[in-house]
Amino acid sequence: MVGNDHDTAFVKFDRVQKSYDGETLVVKDLNLGIGKGEFMTMLGPSGSGKTTCLMMLAGFETATFGDILLDGKPINNIPPHKRGIGMVFQNYALFPHMTVGENLSFPLEVRGMGKDEREKKVKRALDMVEMGKFGGRRPAQLSGGQQQRIALARALVFEPELVLMDEPLGALDKNLREQMQFEIKHIHDNLGVTVVYVTHDQSEALTMSDRIAVFDDGRIQQLATPDDLYERPENAFVAAFIGENNTLRGKVVGVDGDHCTVRLDDGSKVEALAVNIEGEGARSTLSLRPERVSIAPETADNVFEGVVQELIYLGDHIRVRVSVGGNDDFIVKVPNSANGRQVKKGETLKLGWSKADCRALDPS
Amino acid sequence: MAQADAGALDGRDGNVTRMVTADGIPLKRSLQRAERRRKIAALLLVTPLLAFLLIVFLFPIGQMMWRSVDNPQVVNALPRTLNALEGWDGSEVPSEEVFAALAADFREDLQRPRADQTWGPLGVRLNYELSAARGAVARTVRNVPDFEPPYREAFTDSHRLWGDPAFWRVIQREGRPLTASYYVAALDREYDDEGNIVRRDENRRIYVGLFMRTLALSLGITFLTFALGFPIAYYMSILPMRHANLLMICVLLPFWTSLLVRTTAWIVLLQQQGVINEVLVNIGLIGDDGRFSLMYNMYGTIIAMTHILLPFMVLPLYSVMRTIPPSYLRAAKSLGATPTTAFRRVYFPQTLPGIGAGAVLVFIISIGYYITPALVGGQSGRMISNEIARHMQQSLNWGLAAALGSILLVGVLILYWAYNRLVGADNLKLG
Repeated sequence: MVGNDHDTAFVKFDRVQKSYDGETLVVKDLNLGIGKGEFMTMLGPSGSGKTTCLMMLAGFETATFGDILLDGKPINNIPPHKRGIGMVFQNYALFPHMTVGENLSFPLEVRGMGKDEREKKVKRALDMVEMGKFGGRRPAQLSGGQQQRIALARALVFEPELVLMDEPLGALDKNLREQMQFEIKHIHDNLGVTVVYVTHDQSEALTMSDRIAVFDDGRIQQLATPDDLYERPENAFVAAFIGENNTLRGKVVGVDGDHCTVRLDDGSKVEALAVNIEGEGARSTLSLRPERVSIAPETADNVFEGVVQELIYLGDHIRVRVSVGGNDDFIVKVPNSANGRQVKKGETLKLGWSKADCRALDPS
Repeated sequence: MAQADAGALDGRDGNVTRMVTADGIPLKRSLQRAERRRKIAALLLVTPLLAFLLIVFLFPIGQMMWRSVDNPQVVNALPRTLNALEGWDGSEVPSEEVFAALAADFREDLQRPRADQTWGPLGVRLNYELSAARGAVARTVRNVPDFEPPYREAFTDSHRLWGDPAFWRVIQREGRPLTASYYVAALDREYDDEGNIVRRDENRRIYVGLFMRTLALSLGITFLTFALGFPIAYYMSILPMRHANLLMICVLLPFWTSLLVRTTAWIVLLQQQGVINEVLVNIGLIGDDGRFSLMYNMYGTIIAMTHILLPFMVLPLYSVMRTIPPSYLRAAKSLGATPTTAFRRVYFPQTLPGIGAGAVLVFIISIGYYITPALVGGQSGRMISNEIARHMQQSLNWGLAAALGSILLVGVLILYWAYNRLVGADNLKLG
C-alpha cells in the first residue's frame, strides 16, 4: 500500500499535539504518513480531533507540539496562503459576490496568472466537473450539488498537489451524496492528486478511501484499508464505529495461541480470535458482524440459542433481533430469498458462528 | 367580454379549459378572493401606524412646505391698494388713487377687533424684504384716521418710505398669495431694482455656505464613524458571542445616557480649561498659552457628533459582518491570497451593504443635527439646522425657516435617490 513507508510520506504528522485551552489535548500524539496520490480519510465522531488535524495541515490552526511535514519540509511556520494546498469547505465557501467563473479565477489571479491562461484553466476545471455552462452564474443561483462541484473545481483549478476536504458532502441529500462520492473518487483517480478527506460518515469513508484513519478521543484508533478496517477491527471502538456489530462482553478464561475462550456474563463460553486482550482473567469485548452469524448451522465453533425479539423488514434482507448470551440487541441478517427460511417473532433460533469471525477485543 | 367569460366558465367548450376550483369558481378568482382577505388583514395591521405617521409626520411636513411659499399678509391687509396698483409701471411714486385705497384699507383694518388686525403681520412681512418697512407701517397706521386728502402727501409726511418706489415695488411683488421670496432669500439671493433675482452682497451671504458646510461636516462625520466603527465592528464579529456582547454594551452605552448629558460631558472634556487641555498642559506637552480650541468651533461639532453617531455605523456593520462566515477568509487564503488580498477582495465587498446602511443612517441623521452643534459648535461649527431653529424661535421668520427646511429635505431625498441608483436600497442591511 502506498504511503506505508513513514519516512518518504508526502504528508507527515510527527508527534503532533494540539490544545486550545492549555488544559486538555484535542489531538494527542498524532503520527501519520500520507503517501503521494493517496486518498486518505480521517473518520471519527464529532469532537474526535479529525477536523483539527485538517485545519493544522491547512495552516488555520497551529500545532501546539510536533511537526507537520509536506514533501519532507516542515510547514508549521508557513502561512496558509503559501502552502499551496487546495481545500473544499463544509459549506463550500464560494464567494457570494463573485460569479462562478470569478470564483475559479480567483486563485489564479492571486498567483499573477495572465488572463488567457486563466480562462483556459477555468474552462477546463468547469468542464471537469461538468459545469461548463455555469461560469456566469452566481453561487446563490446554483443548487447544493452544483455548488459542491464548483467548490471542488475551485480547489483543484490551481493544480495543488494536495487537496483537503472537510465533510464536503455533509449538506447534500443521500442520492446526490452517493453520486458525488463516485465523482470525487473518479477525479482523484484521473488527476493523481493527494486527498485528505474528513468525514463522520463511515460508508462515505469505506467507499472512497485508499486508507482510513479512525479518530477517537484525539488519537488514531486504527489506520487501515477499508476492508481491513471492516473485517479486522483492532479495538472495540473501531468495531462498533465501522459497520454493524454485535457485542458480547465477558472474561477471558483461556488463551490458546491465536485463539481464546471467553466466558460471557451469563456463564456461556465463546471461542474467539485473540486480537487485543490483556491475557487470561482480563475482561474482553467480543465483536461479531451480523452477516457472519448463520442460522441453524450444521457445524460451527460456537453454537447458541436465541429468542427472536423483533423483525425489521429492509427489503433485500430482514434484520432479526435476537437475545443471545445476555445481549438483547444481537442482530442477525436473514437474506430475503425465495426459498429462504421464514423467521417468526418469539421463535427460538439456533445460531452459530466461526471463531475466526469473532474477535476478542479490549474491554470498552 | 362577459359572454366570453361565461362560455369559458361552463367548461363544455372543448377548446377553452380554465382551471376551476371544486365548486366551479375560476381558480384565479378564488385566488384573488383569498389574496384580498390577506391584503385587507395586512392593511389593518399597518393602519394605526400609517394614520399616526400621516397625522404627525407627513401632514406637518406638508404644512411646512406650504408655509415656505404661502404669502397671505399683503393680500389680506391691502386688497384695495393692490387693486389700484395694477398697471403701475413701478418707476415712480404711485398716484393719489393708490394712496386713497391704502388709506381705505388701513381704516377698514383699524375697525376690526385687535386680534384680527392685519397691519402687524403686514409690517413684519414687508420688513423681511425691506428693513424699516415695519416702522413705516406701524408709525403710519395709527394716524390714518386723521389723514385728509391729498393722501399722498399725508403718507409721505408720515414716513419717508411711502415716497420710495422701491417700497411700492415690494408691496406689488409680495401682493400675490404665493411667493418665491423665501427660497430666494434661502439661496442667498435677492431682487434687484428691476425685479431680477441676483446674488446678495458677499458679506450678506449665509445660507448656501452653511448648506455646503453642513454637507461637508456630515460627510466628514460619516467617514470618521466608518473609519472608527469598521475595525471595532470587525473585531466584535470575530469574538465569541459573550465577549462581543460586552463590547456591544460599551458601544451602545452612549444610547443609554441623555444626549444633553453626553454633550455636556464633551464640554467638560474639550473646553480650554477642560480635562484634555489641563492634562496636556500638566504633562508639559503644550504650554499654558498653547491650549487647543477644541470646542465652540468645527472640531467640537465633529468630535461630539462622531461619538454620538458611532453606534448607528457600528450596528449595521456588525450585523452584516456577523453573517459572513470565517470560512470565506479561510477559503481565500487556502486559494493563495495573502491576508490583505483576502480581506480586500473577499471580505470587504461582502460588508458593503452594512457600510451603505451605516453611512446613509449617519449621514442623514447628521445633516439635520441640531442640539450638538448648538451646544459645542460655536460659530464655525454651526449647521443649517441651527439657522432653521433660529428663524423658528428668534427671528420668527417661519417662511424662511420652512424654505431652508424644504431645501434640506429635498437635498436629502436627492442624495438618497442617488444612493439608491448607485448601490440599491435593497442592499441596505440595518440588522
